[in-house]
Amino acid sequence: MNVICLGLSHHTASVELREKFAVADSDLESAADRLGAMDGVSESVIISTCNRVELYAATDDSGRGFESLGRFLGGRAQEHNYNAHIFYQYDSPHSIRHLFRVVSGLESMVLGETEILGQVKKAYAAASSGGRTARHLNKLFQRSFNVAKEVRTNTNITRGPVSVGSVAVDLAEKIFGRLGSCKVMILGAGETGEITARTLLSRGVKSLFVSNRSYERAAKLAGEMGGEAIHFGEWEKPLLDIDILIGSTAAPHPVLTREKLGPVMKQRKSRPLFVIDLAVPRDVEPAVNDLDGVYLYDIDSLQAIAQQSMEIRRKELAVCEQMIERHVNEFSSWLTNERSRPAEAIPPLMEPAHCRIPES
Amino acid sequence: MYALGARSYRTSGFNFMAILLGFLFQTGFLFSRGHAQGRCPLTNLFEVFIFLSWSVVGIYLVIGSSYRLSLMGVFTSPLVFLLQVFALLALPDTASPLKSHPKPWLELHAAVSIIAYGAFALAGVAGAMYLAQERQLKTHQLRTIFFYLPPIADLAVAIKRLLWTGFALLTVGLISGFMVGFDVRQVVWGVGVWVVYGVILQVEKLKKVSPRRVAVLAVAAFSLTLTTLWGLTFLSAGGRF
Repeated sequence: MNVICLGLSHHTASVELREKFAVADSDLESAADRLGAMDGVSESVIISTCNRVELYAATDDSGRGFESLGRFLGGRAQEHNYNAHIFYQYDSPHSIRHLFRVVSGLESMVLGETEILGQVKKAYAAASSGGRTARHLNKLFQRSFNVAKEVRTNTNITRGPVSVGSVAVDLAEKIFGRLGSCKVMILGAGETGEITARTLLSRGVKSLFVSNRSYERAAKLAGEMGGEAIHFGEWEKPLLDIDILIGSTAAPHPVLTREKLGPVMKQRKSRPLFVIDLAVPRDVEPAVNDLDGVYLYDIDSLQAIAQQSMEIRRKELAVCEQMIERHVNEFSSWLTNERSRPAEAIPPLMEPAHCRIPES
Repeated sequence: MYALGARSYRTSGFNFMAILLGFLFQTGFLFSRGHAQGRCPLTNLFEVFIFLSWSVVGIYLVIGSSYRLSLMGVFTSPLVFLLQVFALLALPDTASPLKSHPKPWLELHAAVSIIAYGAFALAGVAGAMYLAQERQLKTHQLRTIFFYLPPIADLAVAIKRLLWTGFALLTVGLISGFMVGFDVRQVVWGVGVWVVYGVILQVEKLKKVSPRRVAVLAVAAFSLTLTTLWGLTFLSAGGRF
């Protein structure tokens, strides 16, 4: 028995093409039935996310298996004006290696992201509950979840934030610990500022103030996010009370200066203030960072940290690949032994494996 | 520390287990020593430093996990190593002549005081962690250690609690010392340390200084205490039972 894989991903196809082949969750069961009934496919799993559509199958004849997977995937596209090069196909052991890389986040658009593991678990659970997996794919997918866990636990592949919003949240947590008691103020209604504020809200910040030159815009944004709107002329009033200030105005000069903030910090009795300046031109005078208890980050410094995290992750690639290679060899050996066993010596199919998916 | 510098640090139960194992060995050593002498094993400089490092590790094991300050072990281990080196430097390990029978008050004074210094040592360790983390936040130069170190808010709370714990224990130590009366130099030194930490806690309570300065003071005060303890124990034969 071989394990084969046919698919396309963000590496090979644009989103316009990927969406043609995508399998919606509601359609997953019937699609799995159709795939499972195809010639040469003994077991199958369909993985369909926004970044990839991949079909895995256990087959006695790789040639026939690939042909069936190709017909199935080709049938998904409503228009046929795509290049065949958008597909990749792998036979064992490359298919095994590919799956292990996918679940570990090494093939993801954001290197090391962990969402893919949950998506693959979901795809596998759907296939196994529909009786589309048995001995070979059960073992392969369960092993892949263990591999992903090992890679995440023992390397820095998931280390550090890789977007401006997540950098800001991580920094806030390194300053204040839990954000449940933190108060945030957004100055201006820039898009990045809004995204960052929403990310902070999702981490449970206590309250939010919004101030903008257009009070209507501030009120609308505050209403959407469950915050309080403040007239732009009065934005300095909550400075004593807030913990995080996000600047994203279109002002041509700094609106917050060291001269203005110095006396406020004295009144705050050195309670820390995290200032996130996302505006260009900048809203906050750089000298503000020299004040005790003030932590100022502008858009460049946030992006630099995101890049630095990505660099750390890239450096971990070799270690991850070594770990994966060990598991690929072990699984390939098992698969080879299975092939050489007489049919009567192979125990009956394993019980439905979705009950045994390890926790991430 | 090297692993952090080399960006190859991995959190693992092994580090904690190694510290725990070392603590058990220290406990066994101090127990057998105390059992053989029939008193608290604080009869010479060697034992004082072993007891101090034991109390540092003991307090770390108690508070390290409860404050989610797991990386504290990385900072504590070099300090414990240094204390053990001090202990070895204090060899030969000749038991000092016993001047009298064991005095419970004196033993209580010595043991509680050393544990208080253990708490001050941990406050210094948390202070060093705070300064390392705060510097990275200020300069935007985030190293691997940044992701493992706790938030500065948690560290500030830990420093404060450790200082209060040490201060309370030292107060008990001083009172028990007064019950038996002791060397003038020790009185001056003990009261001096008590006053220094009392002042730090008072200015912190009144919010007269920033958490960063409290961290600096915690590190400086313990460095001073350790240096003077070394000098005093050398000079003062009265400190031995």
